Amino acid sequence: MSGFALHRPGGVPGPAGRPPSVHTEPPPEPLEPDATVDLRAEVASTQVRTVLEALDAELVGLGAVKLRIREIAALLTVDRARARFGLSAGKPTLHMSFTGGPGTGKTTVALRMAEILHALGYLRVPRVHAVTRDDLVGQFIGHTAPRTKEAIARAAGGVLFIDEAYYLYRAENERDYGQEAIEILLQEMESERASLVVIFAGYEDRMESFFASNPGLSSRVAHHIRFDDYDKSELRAIADLMLDREQYRFTPEAREAFGEYLDLRVSRGRFANARSVRNALDRCRLRHANRLVGLPTALGRAELMTLTEEDVRGSSVFPKLG
Amino acid sequence: MYLRSGSFSYLPELTDDEIAAQVRYALANGWPLSIEYTDDPHPRNVYWELWGLPMFDLDEPDGVLRELTDCRATFPHHYVRLLAYDARLGRQTTAMSVLVQRPADEPGLRLERIEVSGRTQRYSFRPS
Repeated sequence: MSGFALHRPGGVPGPAGRPPSVHTEPPPEPLEPDATVDLRAEVASTQVRTVLEALDAELVGLGAVKLRIREIAALLTVDRARARFGLSAGKPTLHMSFTGGPGTGKTTVALRMAEILHALGYLRVPRVHAVTRDDLVGQFIGHTAPRTKEAIARAAGGVLFIDEAYYLYRAENERDYGQEAIEILLQEMESERASLVVIFAGYEDRMESFFASNPGLSSRVAHHIRFDDYDKSELRAIADLMLDREQYRFTPEAREAFGEYLDLRVSRGRFANARSVRNALDRCRLRHANRLVGLPTALGRAELMTLTEEDVRGSSVFPKLG
Repeated sequence: MYLRSGSFSYLPELTDDEIAAQVRYALANGWPLSIEYTDDPHPRNVYWELWGLPMFDLDEPDGVLRELTDCRATFPHHYVRLLAYDARLGRQTTAMSVLVQRPADEPGLRLERIEVSGRTQRYSFRPS
């Protein structure tokens, strides 16, 4: 190694340091026809288990989504076992569409999905390249193809997450360049060699019409996964989880008040599920901080951690007293 | 005449997987790659035609290989090379140059004598 190293002024080893070794792990040994495999052990031995457990622990609700992810994980595990027996295991297409209301966890699940598919050996890197219409569609003729190809190249080996995918297609303008981007994406999704998973995400009703106007696209997306809105108990669980992660806690009265807050807030419309919960908690923290700064006494760890009823009730969602 | 130019030119032709591994090495070093082609392999012809633009900000070699496939399909009878550029201050030069396609029939170069002033003989290469 030292013999081939060129002189570097300042001895800087480069932005990425020494390049990581590019060797991949060898394929598992082939099995005899009368051998057996223990799939449960297989699942337990991979990192899949950790990722699936993290998924269960960190995401509230979303039963249908979790079930589908488990099914995909099982399918890939079975495919690997089949490959070891020399049975044909065609690479399944795993392009997906995530539809659901705002704040239902589409982006979070996409991140997790990349980790799971990486752990199962389907993707080379657990990376999500998130793009929107602006990153794919050009502004003049001949601008779209290079842009889309560039996005695909950057996502290679990982997940290409297209947020608000319905903006790609504008029905009212037939000369819109979005159509070109969709065609290039289709080509890429078709190709066998590609190690890329494309996830289209967006709000449900608009995604419906997007897929309806691009039937070719809809049929090439194998998994249409729906994210339901959270119910009230799930929203409360989400709030507890968020507070816990940021090392805050509610007093019992404050928790009660926050439940009332959620009831009122949901009925007011433009409610964005987990995102609204996060925003509400952030505003509680603001009021909490403001209250603490005004206090004349010294504060301990407990005061800094505890959100009281007063902090929650300060919200404008509650009707003004008096 | 079999053209020997750039890295690995005394080895057997690289396969696409081997090219991908070289690209991965270059990307891991933070070197952007570009693809160039020419029909004139004269050693003094240092400026080959650039295929597209240099490819920045990649992490995986797929994008480069895709462009390479396109370039080979468009120019099946040209020389194609892959360049990696090291932009670091103090180096700022081509870090890697690998020939990744050559025409099936390589005419090669001919050594030619020229007479200059005072009956001096000079030599030059000329594509044959």
